Amino acid sequence: MVAAPLLPAPAAGAGARLGVEDVSHAFAIRGAALPVLDRIGLDVAPGSFVALLGPSGCGKSTLLRLVAGLEPPERGRLVVDGVPVAGPDPSRLLVFQDPTLYPWRSVRRNVALGLEARGLARTSGHRVEEALRLVGLSDFADAYPHQLSGGMAQRTALARALVNEPSLLLLDEPLGKLDSLTRLAMQAELVRLWQESRFTALLVTHDVEEALVLAERVIVLSDRPARITAEIANPAPYPRHRDDPDLVRLRREVLGLLGVGAR
Amino acid sequence: MTSIPAPAVARAGTAARTDGLPVWWTGLAAATAWLVLAGATASLPEEHDFPFTLPFAAGAAGAGVALVLAALLAGRPDRAAGLRRRGPWLAALGLGLLAWELVTAKLGLLPMPFFPPPQAILEVFVEDWPKLGGSIVASLLLLAGGYLAGAVVGFTLGVAVGWSRAVAYWVHPVLRFVGPLPATAWLPLAFFLFPSSSSASTFLVGLAAGFPVTVLTWSGVAGANRAYYDVARTLGASNRFLILKVAIPAALPHVFVGLFMGLGSAFAVLVVAEMLGVKAGLGWYLQWAQGWAAYANLYAALIVMALMCSGLITLLFRLRDRVLAWQKGLVQW
Repeated sequence: MVAAPLLPAPAAGAGARLGVEDVSHAFAIRGAALPVLDRIGLDVAPGSFVALLGPSGCGKSTLLRLVAGLEPPERGRLVVDGVPVAGPDPSRLLVFQDPTLYPWRSVRRNVALGLEARGLARTSGHRVEEALRLVGLSDFADAYPHQLSGGMAQRTALARALVNEPSLLLLDEPLGKLDSLTRLAMQAELVRLWQESRFTALLVTHDVEEALVLAERVIVLSDRPARITAEIANPAPYPRHRDDPDLVRLRREVLGLLGVGAR
Repeated sequence: MTSIPAPAVARAGTAARTDGLPVWWTGLAAATAWLVLAGATASLPEEHDFPFTLPFAAGAAGAGVALVLAALLAGRPDRAAGLRRRGPWLAALGLGLLAWELVTAKLGLLPMPFFPPPQAILEVFVEDWPKLGGSIVASLLLLAGGYLAGAVVGFTLGVAVGWSRAVAYWVHPVLRFVGPLPATAWLPLAFFLFPSSSSASTFLVGLAAGFPVTVLTWSGVAGANRAYYDVARTLGASNRFLILKVAIPAALPHVFVGLFMGLGSAFAVLVVAEMLGVKAGLGWYLQWAQGWAAYANLYAALIVMALMCSGLITLLFRLRDRVLAWQKGLVQW
């Protein structure tokens, strides 16, 4: 019934398949190579929600930057829907820990950024309003970023990504800087957006509970250089609650894998 | 203990009476100062003969009467808020002029040709306004041409240096070597290299304004949050978009700092250039007045120059407030 199928009910197969093929990467710091990723191999099914869980600074954010095409990997390759990643593309969008909104643009114009950059602002302007509605910020469309709370700013950043109808959404600890109550609300929000839009979601987090509440698959990474140490399937139905017995059991298991005493 | 009647203290500050007609007492005090100024100017004997003593006294009396009316009409604290806020300043101004009048024209405590009384400066404004007005126009034209050219070139160069490694490689050393040189140092060279003194001065003013604008624009572009570029690149932005919609807006707060600094340098160079080479403008007028020992004209030109510079700075602040409306905590000028 929806004439212009925006974010809800997109065409079948809206989520992309992501292949991470034997990817290694290192940073050069004062001439010395600092390895951050060590032979990561991963296959993410279209439309699934996968979490990369690991200690802080283990290199998981770097993996997202590689998938986004912001940097080329040193070794191995990244394949999205069969096509190797060669650079940034609006179908693969990254949501950062900082909302990184442009302070000189209103909320509406921040959300419109991607459409404007691709010259679609005129023809697809309605999608901006739709995205604002989706994240519940229609009333704040004309506000400037410094007037927003942390949660509102991060919702704006989500809308800025979703308005482009990405097939792969890369979430780099997007809730990391929010207070705990906002965080819970935003977790539910993320699940709802993902279920409505059916993009493939790849979330990086160091919060075990968050990974388990959100993702269908949790990939556990080691300390730097990051290596995949375990993979946990998490088939529990949505909406999930932090105190579901299954999640509590999984949480204990994952904490054990991370070497944090099983309590 | 806590029974001190605080409201009475507060009321004394605003000087509003609750019974009868409300009166703006500060305004009345200011009116008194101006009326005393008028009376003293008109009645006390003078050391010299000043043709504009009576017009000056009349003007002061007019200001006093206007203030009396305002004190009575704007008695309620909610009326004429802007005028009320300036009340203490108006009173101080009246008293200051009175003191000036007394130590110069009336008591002769300050030697006359160097310290003219206010009526002598009023005389300059009334009698010499064609020359003074012409000088203002000449100065403004020279300043506008040089400053705008310098700002545009500086901004463009700053963006280019901040954006492109190749441009930075070639421009940076030149900027470091030549930029800190005061523009006035080029003056002798400029006056024989350029076909006319006005084109030479325009160049010097532009040079003075252009250097800070270039450096600040450059630092604004170079200092923009890297993540802004990452966001735009993943969203499919072209290089053109990155420059026009990311780098430049992000740099604008710095650009305005450069524009303010450039305007200050431009004023300095303008005056020097007009004193040494150009035969027009306020700098030239100052030089001319000094040559004739016309000190009243000197003060008049200084007052006009202060008004002009302050007005231009205000204009730039207005522009900044409009362009950078998204920033919080801007300094109010």
